[in-house]
Amino acid sequence: MESIKNILTKVQSLPDTDFEVRSLDSVCINESQLIHPWWYNFKYVFLGIVFGVILVKSEVISWFRIQEMFRFQSFHMYGVIGSAIVVGMISVLLIKKFNIKTIYGEPITFHYKKFNKGNVYGGLLFGFGWALTGACPGPLFAQIGTGVLVVTVTLFSAIAGTWVYGLVRNRLPH
Amino acid sequence: MLELISKPWPWYVAGPLIGLIVPLLLVAGNKSFGISSSLRHICAACFPANISFFKYDWKREAWNLFFVTGVLIGGVVAATFLKSNEPVAVGENLKSELLHFGVTDYSNLVPLQLFNFQSLFTLQGFFLIVVGGFLVGFGTRYGGGCTSGHAIMGISNLQWPSIIATCCFMLGGIIMANFILPIILSL
Repeated sequence: MESIKNILTKVQSLPDTDFEVRSLDSVCINESQLIHPWWYNFKYVFLGIVFGVILVKSEVISWFRIQEMFRFQSFHMYGVIGSAIVVGMISVLLIKKFNIKTIYGEPITFHYKKFNKGNVYGGLLFGFGWALTGACPGPLFAQIGTGVLVVTVTLFSAIAGTWVYGLVRNRLPH
Repeated sequence: MLELISKPWPWYVAGPLIGLIVPLLLVAGNKSFGISSSLRHICAACFPANISFFKYDWKREAWNLFFVTGVLIGGVVAATFLKSNEPVAVGENLKSELLHFGVTDYSNLVPLQLFNFQSLFTLQGFFLIVVGGFLVGFGTRYGGGCTSGHAIMGISNLQWPSIIATCCFMLGGIIMANFILPIILSL
């Protein structure tokens, strides 16, 4: 049996020539160039609480709702995701059209996603996981909050999944 | 008022509210809505293990960790102060299907008969909790995002890779829920 350390050294020693994969390294989430004290981040805790309450009260975190969605037995989840996309799309259009700035006066930037095969393979794998656990990453955190503590195991497993992806990604088709 | 918001919210209230998180994050500090990246930041912060994918300044992305902490607190708030007394809404079709697998408890949004610490040591629980969680973490990163980052943020910004990814989420879920999950539930 190959020890993890051996695998690690092997992966590290692989020449990293795949530029398609390199481009995925960019984190591209925080576009802001401003440096703020850490406690400025508390406003995201507040927004997170709002999002978490919505997820619970709309039953988006319900394992049953997810099963009904994938079995075409209920419109609920399609309505939630569909109307969220419509509102999101209109908001993005308005931000672009009126050149709306952040509360700090910074221009808002959008990043453009480049297609790679991972969108298909990874998307399918995530779909499998979503139907099994009845939760995508956001609802995992909210489910733990509602007191279903066994979901912390699901969350740790998801972190392990992300870690293993980081370990083997140079060998995966992208 | 409290009574009204304690009842389950219909999709046409919840969906638009979720959509509003997109502009709120952008205006609050130029942040793109996305949750699954938090899993990567946790890896980068706690177990980078010299893997290049985890070697970046995760502190710059710390807002994402604050956000998911908020989502967890939101779960606590909803379960403590906005608890609904009604049983969880489950359609008759699904109820009769789940009855075959002995799932009869609708007291929680998560079926506690399937998801509990004892079931972790059964093959069924292992698939639902451990394998399921692994696929969520591996798949979202390989796919470049989850429901929030691709389906909501990506499609809102008219990104066609996000549309493809979202179709693949749905396809994967449909295959699992209809063809593989029934086998796992009968274990």
